[in-house]
Amino acid sequence: MSAPGAARVPEPTLPAAAVLEVDRLRVTFPVRRGVLGRRVGTLVAVDDVSFAVRPGRTLGLVGESGCGKSTLGRAILRLCEAESGRVSVDGVDVRALTGERLRRARRKMQMIFQDPYASLDPRRTVLDCVAEPLTVHGLASSRRAALPAVTRLLERVGLEASHLGRYPHELSGGQRQRVGIARALALEPLLVVADEPVSALDMSIRAQIVNLLVELQRELGLAYLFIAHDLALVRYVSHEVAVMYLGRVVEHAPVRALFARPFHPYTHALLASAPVPDPDAERGRRRLVLAGEPPSPLDPPTGCAFHPRCPHAEARCARERPELRTVGDGHRAACHLEAPRAWPASPPAGTEGA
Amino acid sequence: MTARAEVVPGGAPGRSLGRDAWRRLRHNRAAFVAGIVLVVLLLACIFVPMLAPYAYDRQDLALGATPPSAAHWMGTDFHGRDLFARVFFGGRVSFAVGFIATGVALVIGVTWGAVAGYFGGRVDAVMMRIVDILFTFPFLILVILLKVFFANSRSPLYHAFQATLGLFVKDAKDPSYLPLFQIFFVFGALGLVSWLTMARIVRGQVIALREQPFIEAARAIGVRPLAIVFRHLVPNAAGPIIVYTALTVPQIMLTEAFLSFLGLGTEEPLSSWGLLVAGGAETMALYPWLLVFPSVMLAVTLLCLNFLGDGLRDALDPRARKA
Repeated sequence: MSAPGAARVPEPTLPAAAVLEVDRLRVTFPVRRGVLGRRVGTLVAVDDVSFAVRPGRTLGLVGESGCGKSTLGRAILRLCEAESGRVSVDGVDVRALTGERLRRARRKMQMIFQDPYASLDPRRTVLDCVAEPLTVHGLASSRRAALPAVTRLLERVGLEASHLGRYPHELSGGQRQRVGIARALALEPLLVVADEPVSALDMSIRAQIVNLLVELQRELGLAYLFIAHDLALVRYVSHEVAVMYLGRVVEHAPVRALFARPFHPYTHALLASAPVPDPDAERGRRRLVLAGEPPSPLDPPTGCAFHPRCPHAEARCARERPELRTVGDGHRAACHLEAPRAWPASPPAGTEGA
Repeated sequence: MTARAEVVPGGAPGRSLGRDAWRRLRHNRAAFVAGIVLVVLLLACIFVPMLAPYAYDRQDLALGATPPSAAHWMGTDFHGRDLFARVFFGGRVSFAVGFIATGVALVIGVTWGAVAGYFGGRVDAVMMRIVDILFTFPFLILVILLKVFFANSRSPLYHAFQATLGLFVKDAKDPSYLPLFQIFFVFGALGLVSWLTMARIVRGQVIALREQPFIEAARAIGVRPLAIVFRHLVPNAAGPIIVYTALTVPQIMLTEAFLSFLGLGTEEPLSSWGLLVAGGAETMALYPWLLVFPSVMLAVTLLCLNFLGDGLRDALDPRARKA
């Protein structure tokens, strides 16, 4: 990965229509207790999330673990069901599809998983794995017929034909993730949801995999929804960034604006708690760490979900939930504050300097 | 034997599982010797009846029951039939019942359990309640009822059997095929009740595997649900399936012997180990050899199958080994 200054410059607005449009998506899970599975509550994992991603663009999705970012990715791909809202991929309302039509629509949207080992069938070889999308969609009549295409895909992701007969446990972590990428690209999708694609990998190979993803995007014009908690990584790969807190998007901005002028106090906190890859700067920096765990999505705080941890919280924040509003060019935030405010020098209640 | 539902540790580490398992099995002396003995016994049951000088059903009423001799190595029975030929022919029947009924149980049990486990919810509830209901049926009464109603020359099943047989032989209507039908009937009856535990084991495995990321990946690719079940889930549950299958064979052979002993299984003039033991037990005071030889064969086979099954379990599922 490059120095922090090398964030990708957002290109001028493209006229192309969005590949992915998410409109007021809400995902809930019933909470059941006891032997009879009595429903005792509802967990709102994703609430009222809207955004769009155009071809060749990357939307980075960041937030603490448990904030619903993976669930959002899975709901978009119909790997779990949403309660309400609309997801359209290449103009098709994905949530309205069922059975065979949904299965066919999956060609356009693919996923790269966090754990490349667990996401490959341990009993099947690299060839089986990369050929499977081709055979199940009738693009190749058999594994053998898929061989040339699979070989090309493997070469494209930096593997060799000699890997074809290997099993996942015979590959390194980076190689496994390359297989996962080849499998996702086999169907020539328009949209790829990458759910923390490098966080399970060794530091030393993360950069290779990330650069591969960036190259593939340039070549193929892929739209990425890039889910991560590593801010430096998100900054490097994304054109836009959405920050999620407790199931809701609290800030959404072009990457440069977000890192230069974060608005939401939660975004400030995230940026402040991210390590800087310069030891001197890191030593001199006042690190600001959010105290405590994020609140339980089973029992979210009233008003702004962030108010119990926010140093600027006012009485209003506990009462009214702030909606996303425009605070700059393409920059939206859900906060009652008039203007962004830096975190106070002396840690107030709810935060502490570390 | 207990019905367990552990997942193979750490998912299933691919081919190395098979390799490791083979290495562990080879180092398990009891299982390895049992395997060799079984292969020898199986080959003997296949080839001895072909090569033996006496047919299993050739009677010599003038000779009657004689103790083991140079001409009849295991002696003869009341009808003057050569016990050696009858024991190995009976082995064929016993092994065939064991393997075929286990095969039936395997196919039904794996399919049923995997489908119930993967689809979950209402499908699972209905399918597993059916299993629960079948479990409550008293097995012996079920077999007796089936036998009384269906295992005779007037039963529709017999007509179906004759029709199927007619595809292979010309004289399918010949009543001499009735005993063969009755053996198939035993296969079927045993298979039909033995798949229940298999279904439960496979369901447990599949439920544990269902949430694995590689299954989600298969869904994301657009693999059809039944293909996910049979291409991804069942192969990854192979360890416990193999183990339970290996332990089902002796169980079924024992049940066959038990049914034949009660007169509900294989019938004269065919033979099976259970039938021979039953006949031998009746005349045990006069002709002890008629009991000893088939009993020893049955006992050795069951012991070997159980050793092999335990060895397979230890080899494929090392965590399940009892301390």
